[in-house]
Amino acid sequence: MTSHKTLTDEDGYVPSARRLARERHRRARARRATAIAAVSTLVTAAVLFLTITNSPGWDRTKETFFSAHYARVALPQVLEGLWLNLRLLAVCGAAVLAFGLLLAVARTLRGPVFFPVRALATAYADFFRGLPLIICLLMVVFGVPALRLQGVTTDPVLLGGGALVLTYSAYVAEVFRAGIESVHPSQLAAARSLGLTSGQALRFVVLPQAVRRVVPPLLNDLVSLQKDTGLVSIAGAVDAVYAAQIIASKDFNYTPYVVAGLVFVALTIPMTRLTDWVTARMDRRRAQGGIV
Amino acid sequence: MSLTPAAVPGDPVPTEDPAAPGGPVPPGEPVLRMEAVRKSFGTSLVLRDVDLEVAPHTVTALIGASGSGKSTLLRCVNLLEEVDDGAIWLDGEEITDPRADADAVRRRIGVVFQAYNLFPHLTVLQNITLAPRRVHGLSRPEAEERARALLERLGLGAKADEYPDRLSGGQQQRAAIVRALAVRPRLLLLDEITAALDPELVGEVLGLVREVKDEGMTMVITTHEMVFAREVADQVCFLDAGVVLERGTPEEVFGNPGQERTRRFLRRFAEAGRL
Repeated sequence: MTSHKTLTDEDGYVPSARRLARERHRRARARRATAIAAVSTLVTAAVLFLTITNSPGWDRTKETFFSAHYARVALPQVLEGLWLNLRLLAVCGAAVLAFGLLLAVARTLRGPVFFPVRALATAYADFFRGLPLIICLLMVVFGVPALRLQGVTTDPVLLGGGALVLTYSAYVAEVFRAGIESVHPSQLAAARSLGLTSGQALRFVVLPQAVRRVVPPLLNDLVSLQKDTGLVSIAGAVDAVYAAQIIASKDFNYTPYVVAGLVFVALTIPMTRLTDWVTARMDRRRAQGGIV
Repeated sequence: MSLTPAAVPGDPVPTEDPAAPGGPVPPGEPVLRMEAVRKSFGTSLVLRDVDLEVAPHTVTALIGASGSGKSTLLRCVNLLEEVDDGAIWLDGEEITDPRADADAVRRRIGVVFQAYNLFPHLTVLQNITLAPRRVHGLSRPEAEERARALLERLGLGAKADEYPDRLSGGQQQRAAIVRALAVRPRLLLLDEITAALDPELVGEVLGLVREVKDEGMTMVITTHEMVFAREVADQVCFLDAGVVLERGTPEEVFGNPGQERTRRFLRRFAEAGRL
């Protein structure tokens, strides 16, 4: 609701008693809603807290999973490992977006000459979307070094990152392709009738609209990638998860895992909020042009 | 407020007032009454102290340039926009009261938009029966029978099972009108319903509106079709910059406008041969 100030204008408008009463009513209703929300939140929190702390194994669980001592020991090492996850995310994210877009464009190429390109891109997407990420990782991380190829790295971080890119590019390519196909054919017709080549039409007219439309699902995939960087630990790279594992298996205490988990959540939340914000902003923009 | 569905048996288009869910309507009460309605978006004032009365079984035409506030006025009536000040009554019940149930109010008002807004994933019949079935609780056979009868009478019988994309603009717009009528509204709001249509197709849509008027429906329409407004309306309001500058019978407003601004507006239509 707008305040009075923005509305007092040159015609000497004074809010009517009816309006003031209406606004009083709305304010009262808003206060009541806030109070109800607060009480309901408190009750829910209390019930959850009491249920968990009164469970028979709580003391034991608390010691094993929520030990303050082990949390303090683990946190610096987990954070150190997290730096690797962040670097992996930045590099893999960029590679995934570029490779995914390339695959998507390859699939939209028309003309018989491009049949093999289309077929390869399609087969790639089919294969890597179906292949479980963990199997892809194991194959790449242990399979590639086993080939003993000259000049090919055996660094688990590089190989693990490569496996992530392989799998995620397939997902992201499908997202891009959906975006490209959602641009109405009349847009392409308009671009071509202006004399743009099909490549130019794609680059200047179709892709800008397509990419804007798929930003929310892309961010969703990036959030997912962020967590899955933790899987490179199975190759022996010391990331946040592996750092936690080292401490956990030494002392038989699972608190480091909890710490690592919370750190990942803390990292994901800003990304999720960003996704929501971008989506909401795009919806608002569309709505302005759309209805009535 | 009671939410009894306005399930009135009989003619597909009501010729009698359906029993208003708010209780008996006092005699002489207008269907729609607006008093000093004011609405602004940010710093721009779109409606400035608008008063309006719409008697039962009458058609009110809102005319005026684009941006004069006609569509906003309709959106306020349908509670799609919250008014800043003033009040609106539907059958004597204040619908701008924050305690009013907006869904229940909208159930009694039919709206047709410029862009049809038919649901593309549903057939014409499904579009029309959606609200009667899900909102008003009619059984599927009952709702479909009613919808088919209505379509038949309004010349769209053959299109009942088509999807909207396969219809012409005029047919889509007529289907949208039928959809709005299917819930037997107390009041029908038509917002620039011919603005997106070819001149050829305008006629069929306006013909349908004429029929609906003859059935006794109360309507408020915004339009740029002056010839049509003059013929079909009982009351014409000329809006300019959010103010009702001129109101009266079509003869008064079109024949002898009192304001210079109205005369200028109408002259432009006359010059284009559209008056």
